[in-house]
Amino acid sequence: MDFVNTLVQGVMLGGLYALFAAGLSLMFGVMRMVNLAHGDLAVAAAYLVVVLLGSSFLPLWLVILIALPLFALIGYATQRGLFSRSLKAGPLSTLLVTFGLSIIVQNGLLQAFSADTRTIDFGALNTGAFRLGPISVSYLGLLTLALAVAVIAGVQLFPSRTRTGRMMRAVSDDADTASLVGANSRHLYAIATAIAFGTVALAGIMSGARSSFDPSMGPAQLIFAFEAVVIGGLGSLGGTLAGGAVLGLTQAFAAQIDPSSTLLAGHLVFLAVLAFRPQGLIPQRAV
Amino acid sequence: MTLLEVQGLDVHHGQLHAVRDFSLAVDAGQTVAVIGANGAGKSTLMRAIAGSHSPTRGSITINGADVTRMPAHQRMRAGICLVPEGRRLFKSLTVEENLDTGAYRAAAGPWNVDAVMELFPWMRERANQNSASLSGGQQQAVAIGRALIGNPKILLIDELSLGLAPAVVKQMYALLPDIVASGTAVLVVEQDVSQALAAADTVHCLLEGRDVLSGKPADLSRARIEQAYFGLTSASGQTVGKGH
Amino acid sequence: MTTLEHLPFHAAVVRSGKAPKATGGLLAAAVVILAALPYVAFTGATSAMVTFFVLLIMASMWNLLAGFGGMVSVGQQAYVGVGAYTVLAFANLGMHPFLALPLAALTCAVFAIPTSWLAFRLRGDYFAVGTWVIAEVYRLVIIRFDSLGGANGKSLPGLSGMDPVLRGALTYWAALAIAALTVTGCYLLMRGRTGLALTAVRDDETAARANGVGVTWSKRLVYLVSAAGCGAAGGILIIDSLSVQPNAIFSVQWSAYMIFIVILGGIGYLEGPLLGAIVFFVLQQLLAGYGSWYLIILGLIGVAGAVWLPHGLWGTITRTTGLQLFPVGYLLRTEPVTGKTAGKTTSPKRRIGSST
Ligand SMILES: Nc1ncnc2c1ncn2[C@@H]1O[C@H](COP(=O)(O)OP(=O)(O)O)[C@@H](O)[C@H]1O
Ligand SMILES: [Mg+2]
Repeated sequence: MDFVNTLVQGVMLGGLYALFAAGLSLMFGVMRMVNLAHGDLAVAAAYLVVVLLGSSFLPLWLVILIALPLFALIGYATQRGLFSRSLKAGPLSTLLVTFGLSIIVQNGLLQAFSADTRTIDFGALNTGAFRLGPISVSYLGLLTLALAVAVIAGVQLFPSRTRTGRMMRAVSDDADTASLVGANSRHLYAIATAIAFGTVALAGIMSGARSSFDPSMGPAQLIFAFEAVVIGGLGSLGGTLAGGAVLGLTQAFAAQIDPSSTLLAGHLVFLAVLAFRPQGLIPQRAV
Repeated sequence: MTLLEVQGLDVHHGQLHAVRDFSLAVDAGQTVAVIGANGAGKSTLMRAIAGSHSPTRGSITINGADVTRMPAHQRMRAGICLVPEGRRLFKSLTVEENLDTGAYRAAAGPWNVDAVMELFPWMRERANQNSASLSGGQQQAVAIGRALIGNPKILLIDELSLGLAPAVVKQMYALLPDIVASGTAVLVVEQDVSQALAAADTVHCLLEGRDVLSGKPADLSRARIEQAYFGLTSASGQTVGKGH
Repeated sequence: MTTLEHLPFHAAVVRSGKAPKATGGLLAAAVVILAALPYVAFTGATSAMVTFFVLLIMASMWNLLAGFGGMVSVGQQAYVGVGAYTVLAFANLGMHPFLALPLAALTCAVFAIPTSWLAFRLRGDYFAVGTWVIAEVYRLVIIRFDSLGGANGKSLPGLSGMDPVLRGALTYWAALAIAALTVTGCYLLMRGRTGLALTAVRDDETAARANGVGVTWSKRLVYLVSAAGCGAAGGILIIDSLSVQPNAIFSVQWSAYMIFIVILGGIGYLEGPLLGAIVFFVLQQLLAGYGSWYLIILGLIGVAGAVWLPHGLWGTITRTTGLQLFPVGYLLRTEPVTGKTAGKTTSPKRRIGSST
């Protein structure tokens, strides 16, 4: 039954990675940019929740309800104030700006919170689990997986089912022509970034409840998200979910065999996909 | 009252002076045509009026309000919609979604997705098809529909007939009276001189960015137009066959 | 030199600027003066200069990769680490660490071949993150070797008996030599066919391929050279500190430094890394006491530079003054046909393919 147990843990871990990856995938789909500060933002969101929980009497759900829109707002402002300028200057500039942002966020957190590790207190959810026959399923893992599926479904449906989403695709296709029908590309790009920041904040909070974190974790989160996207297939959000699952399963089984090989095994699967199936598992353009 | 007024417009592409001291006026209910050879600066002029390209000098007003420095996405809301050269449909959107983008910031008016589909019944069957699968004429129809749905005060069409079969061109021109009747003025760029002359109330002929000839089609002789179109100093013996 | 006879004026495509004898002389003099530094300055000064040279080497290599090759990597720390560990491995076998430096460069070039095969499947931003993953893989593989110190790192054998002053001087000279080699190597590479091919790619990759430019080959060559250079820099680092710690040597911080220096100095200009490294070095000395504030400030400067100074300091200087130390672009030189011959220099009219 160890096998089934590991399978369940792996899938739930994969849900977390997919949640991380949704925003990365969206930003790439709409703006063709990779935000290298993606993981650091997740860590920043986790710290924000820790601070709000510690310094006020607000309940957890309210804190999260404050943190997510706040991050979305930050995303909107960052896109309009910073990324839109760098996108105009070219892809290299964008990459450097987000890399610089990553360093700023990471060291800002280090300065403010030291290198000590923290966790977010979700109360009973942190450790709670129910037994399904011989396997134990943690509430948190299940919640994360459910959120991942919901977020990915939302991010998938938004561009095809809403007018704003359709305009986002139009702007992504041809911003010049989209402006002729009244689309302000800077506003629409900023909405995409807002969604990406909001979802990655959620991922950071779920991750921060699942295991301890410190300011230096951002790059690792970015890399997992990135691997989930590439394994699943660029621009395919369904693929991202599958990619997250593959990555999570690989890490879970590797940890079972030799705990020190967890990360390496995940990276090797990523490289193998890159080498033998560069289009990813489920290639398609979703956005 | 003058709906669109362009005065002393200069537009540059870097060093290149693409439009020089150009003026034009379109009244409500009018159809105005701009003709000229390839590279004369027609598209540059249209893009400048629509706000895609900043002019270096001159002014553009719509119903008396200055829109010269207004970005394209706001200018659309001021009542100017451009059908760009080459249709430029959104390639990852379906036919219906393409039309629907026109409604994103549309003014109130007679046109909507249904009205356009009424006009082109084939669009209903192809509503969920990818726009890239359409023929050139169909793409042009969708592009015009997309712009119409914005219910503009003035519709700008760059190269209405370019690349279309003669029968389709005829259909397209048959549309113009309907559009004008719905209350929208039309400014059309055309290389097909005879079509332009037949459809327009006023014609401007552009040569190397300059307005070299303008007036009512009835007042302009064929020879003068050819002269202006090709930039010939005298029309003697030059009977370059243009139009059909 | 190609002349175009049918034009109404003489036009000739020439190397922009003569082989810069003055620059060559100046640099040679600088190297000679710098080489004499251990005789006149304290070890503290030469040790700081070693850091400077390492930064210069890494930045030049990253500039070659990103500025000329168009490959924006965030994973060059892979080769810094592999270079350092190569020196450690050969020292473990009894080789003198200084002699292992060329082997560090060579090993990195060899490792770069299969790596490029993988990484080249990704484009643009995804290339950047992909190279980062690959660097992580190198780190995770190396810490599995107990003989190399595992996750805790190891000190470098073979130099403990040496007089510290002599060791410091030797390290300094080695770093200086590699830095000089790197800068000259970049210049020669970019002046040659590879540089021409990469310029063509940068202008229009499809057209370049259609015209039979060896695009992939040129890119791969640049990638290998860049790996070798970073490997040598890693070798210097372990010799300088006498030990290696995997998390530090494989840190993405190295990429941050390289990128920062190149952006600040001017990407796509051979002079950029030199100027950037000087500015960075001064900043580092000034801000070293401020902990993470130092990196926050670097990040801010990097972001601001990327948005508002896309051509960097050198790009701004050369655009306003026309000054060039290492001309690798071409000029279209034109003059009317009135008498004079095309060989004579007139004021440059147009620079072709010499900026990003
Ligand atoms: N984006 C551009 N950049 C530089 N030059 C342009 C651009 N677009 C058009 N031009 C130049 O401007 C002039 C006018 O072009 P255009 O307005 O497209 O003419 P037309 O539509 O009458 O054929 C031409 O010489 C053309 O080469
Ligand atoms: Mg045109």
